[in-house]
Formats: sequence, structure tokens, C-alpha cells
Amino acid sequence: MTTTGRRQDTKPARKLPWILEFYRSDVAKKWIMAVSGVILLGYIAAHMLGNMKVFFGPEEINEYGESLRDLGGHLVPRTHLLWIMRIGLTAAFAVHIHAAYSLTRTNLQARGRIRYDVPREYLAANYASRTMRWSGVIVILFVLFHLADLTWGTANPDFVRGEVYDNMVASFERLPVAIIYIAANLALGLHILHGVWSLFQSVGANNELYNKWRRYLAWGFTAVIVLGNLSFPIAVQVGIIS
Amino acid sequence: MDLTLKVWRQDGPGKPGEFKEYEAKGISPDSSFLEMLDVVNERLVEAGEVPIEFDHDCREGICGTCGVMINGHPHGDQKGTATCQLHMRRFSDGDRIVIEPWRATGMPVMRDLIVDRSPLDRIVEAGGYISVNTGGAPDANLIPVPKPAAESSMDAAACIGCAACIAACPNSAGQLFTSAKLAHLNLLPQGQPERYERTIAMVEKMEEFFGSCTNHGECEEACPKSISIDNIALMNRDYIVAKFKDRRKAGQT
Ligand code: HEM
Ligand code: SF4
Ligand code: FES
Repeated sequence: MTTTGRRQDTKPARKLPWILEFYRSDVAKKWIMAVSGVILLGYIAAHMLGNMKVFFGPEEINEYGESLRDLGGHLVPRTHLLWIMRIGLTAAFAVHIHAAYSLTRTNLQARGRIRYDVPREYLAANYASRTMRWSGVIVILFVLFHLADLTWGTANPDFVRGEVYDNMVASFERLPVAIIYIAANLALGLHILHGVWSLFQSVGANNELYNKWRRYLAWGFTAVIVLGNLSFPIAVQVGIIS
Repeated sequence: MDLTLKVWRQDGPGKPGEFKEYEAKGISPDSSFLEMLDVVNERLVEAGEVPIEFDHDCREGICGTCGVMINGHPHGDQKGTATCQLHMRRFSDGDRIVIEPWRATGMPVMRDLIVDRSPLDRIVEAGGYISVNTGGAPDANLIPVPKPAAESSMDAAACIGCAACIAACPNSAGQLFTSAKLAHLNLLPQGQPERYERTIAMVEKMEEFFGSCTNHGECEEACPKSISIDNIALMNRDYIVAKFKDRRKAGQT
């Protein structure tokens, strides 16, 4: 038996706790990426819908921000539910990114250094599926900038805590910020265009009944998210919101 | 027809290799791709040179040994066709054909166009069988099998183990091969008792050698038997279920 071809995997000497043992497998990592992907998809959908309130005026969107902090009403201490959501989201990002990093390393190694002489003419793989790593990296860099801009305010000189509407306008009035925001959302669009289709495959939800609809769903979902998100900086830039 | 071949030549495992060009003149368009290589090799031997080594056996698309990368397409650009079933009429006079071995860390080049496909055997050994007592052959139809499941099982069983799927994959993943081998047993009643053990064993063996699946779908395009990536979804689900299932309380499925 040849061992030369093996990926240089080092098996741990001791048996790991089952959840870590599970996570060692690439198939399991993809399942976890799909599940964390669904959480992130739910989040971006809710985020986009919530932000639509900006079109109904300052009171509406400021109230929306306030309701987020006040989630759970009298049942839970103020901002606690919001913090639970934030922690959950951070965790989803963390495992998604760790799995992406780990699988990328695995795949580069499995592929090896010698490439084909004739450049591959891909028949099924598309631009979105082949750029998942890059679109993912753009998304996370953007998320960090976005937080600094509109949550912490460190990247926004005119930031006033709680003044959601004014902060948004102050931010998107700057052309470079509007451009960054638009570019990042196009990258996010590419990412979820492949992701929404792909996640069904990763969790094994594959059925002749709806397989065709997975592509339509991916396109539809992506279109709604991207167009929705793009509408904010464009509305500020053209002066619909000011 | 007259062709120019650009072929990968390598003396042995781990040795450096290089591309060499060969003229292939007067090739019959009715010859198969391997027959074309035979002609070139005979001429090489006559000229006192070392012939181009390539794997082949059945030459009728069932053994899975003959795969090579032809102009960047696994088994050439004709869909659902193994290299041995590809005919030279697919090419035009004057064509330049680049012939390369499969490339993946998990299946290193042994010589010229031959790669070490033994990891595929390791994967099958890990669980691609059904443990039964030998004895008298049971009556046909003793075990009812739903027709659609029998069909998908047969479709999966068409996999000839050529590794084109791995060669085509940007991640050098072994998912299509492994899932085909799993599906053809996991879909039948006889495959149920060992279903989850088998799935874990074969998936984890596969992961020792090959990459992970990004769901590009290139494998399905490259496969000479048009094995569907639906099998990969089934494998993923079976693997996850296998990992969580309390098998003391599992019935036959
Ligand atoms: C809002 C943010 C994000 C969403 C909604 C999202 C969603 C998804 C979904 C649904 C998938 C498909 C999973 C599957 O095939 O099972 C996926 C795959 C992937 N994601 Fe993300 N993702 C996000 C952020 C990121 C980030 C920040 C990174 C990395 C820095 C990243 C890297 C990747 C990679 C590399 C894949 C492909 C993995 C593979 O198939 O090999 N994603 N993403
Ligand atoms: S799945 Fe298709 S490409 Fe892969 S080994 Fe089997 S026959 Fe070859
Ligand atoms: S030689 Fe057997 S499949 Fe081509």
C-alpha cells in the first residue's frame, strides 16, 4: 500500500470528545457550514427587511433600533435578547469561517502543487462557486467595517449613538463608503448565490421534487437581498433619503 | 489524420517529469484514442524509444483503468465516454492534443500517464461490501426492492472507479466515487444492516486521501458513466445520520 498520496493528516492520539470528533470530518464541516450558513442567511434577510424602515422616515427606523434593544419587552432584561442574538451570530460566523479556512487548506493540499498544463474549462463550476473563499473574505472584512461604521461608530465621524437614521445618512453620503457598501453586497450576492443552492446538497436535502427549485430559490433570495441592500446607499446618494 | 501530441513523460513515482511532443501521422479516424496511442507507441519502439505508458484493460468502458486528461477534459470532451471509447473522429486533422495524467495528491503519478488509483480500493475495502453467509443462492425476488430505488442503485453501481471525478474536481475530492459506491449498497434492503458503519468507514477513508466537496458539480460532467451528484447528497445525509444515530435503537434503516 502506498502512503505517499495521503493527505498529511495527523490523527490525534486520544479520542476527542464526540463533537470535536464529528468536526474532524470534512463532510461534517460542510454540514456545519450549511447550518451556520442558514443562520447567517436568516440574519441577513431580517437585517435587510428591518432596514427597509428607513424609507418610512427617521422615527420608524429609530424605533426599530430601539425595539431591537427592547426585544422580549417586559419578559427579559433590556438588551439581553439582543446580546444572545449577537453571541449566536458571532458563533455562527466563527464556525463558518473556521470550517472555510480548514477546508480550504485541505483542498489545496489534496490538489497538490502540480496543476494541469491545459487550463481547466469548467463545465459545471461557476464563477460564484469558485470564488466562495474570496467572496467570503470580502464579506467578513465588510462586516467588520460595517460594525465600525454604524454600530460602534469608530469609522463614522458624525456618529451619534441611537440616531440610526442620521448615522445611516451621514455614512452613505460619503461616496467611497457607498461604493464599498455596494461592492461588498455584490460579493455577498455571489456568495449566497452558490451557498443557498449548495447547502441543500451539504445537508443531504436532495429530492427530485424540488431540486430544480433550489436554483430558483438561490436566484430569488439573492436578488431580494442584494437589491434590498443596495437600495439604501443608492437612496442616500440620489437624495431620496436625507 | 495527422496529429501532434504533447504527452506527460515521467520515469517513475516521485521522479520529475516533463512534456514531450510527438507527431502522430496517418491516424485512422475510426481508431479509438488508445489505439491511436498504440500506433504511436509501436513507432516509438521501432525507433528504439521508450513507449508512452498508459493504463488500460477492457477497452470497452467497463474496467475504469484508462482515464487520462485530454486537452483539459477528463476522458476527453465527449460526454459520458471513457478514454477507450473515445474515437479519433472526435478530433480534426492537424489537431494538437495535450495528454496528461490525473493530478491529485491522493493519486500520485506512477509513470507517464499512469497514476496510483489504489486509494479507491482502500475506500471500497473500508465498507463497500455486504457481509452475508455463503450458501445456496436465495430465490430471486425473495427480498422485495422498490423499483425506483433499484433503478438508482443500479445507476450508482455503474461507476467504474476511473477517478475522473477526482481528476476533474478543483478540490481533488473523492465524493462522487465514494457516494456512488455507498449508494449502490445503501439503497438496497441487503445494504441496510451495515449502512451507517459502512458510510462512516468509507467517508473517513476517503478523507484520508482526497479533498472536500464544494458542490461545484464538475465531477458529474466528467464522469464517463454520468453518475449523479444526487448520490453525494445521500452520502452526506447518511454520514450525518450515522454520526448522531443511537445504533442500539436502530432498526434496519
Ligand atoms: C453573511 C455572511 C455569510 C453567509 C450568509 C454565508 C453563507 C454560506 C452558505 C449558505 C454556504 C454554503 C454551505 C454549503 O455548501 O453547505 C457558504 C459556503 C462558504 N462560505 Fe459562507 N457565508 C457567509 C460568510 C462567510 C465568510 C465570512 C466566509 C469566510 C471568510 C465564508 C466562506 C465560505 C466558504 C469558503 C464556503 C464554501 C465552502 C465549501 O463549499 O468548500 N462565508 N456560505
Ligand atoms: S463516479 Fe464516474 S468519474 Fe468517478 S470513478 Fe466512478 S465512473 Fe469514474
Ligand atoms: S480500458 Fe477499461 S474502461 Fe477504458
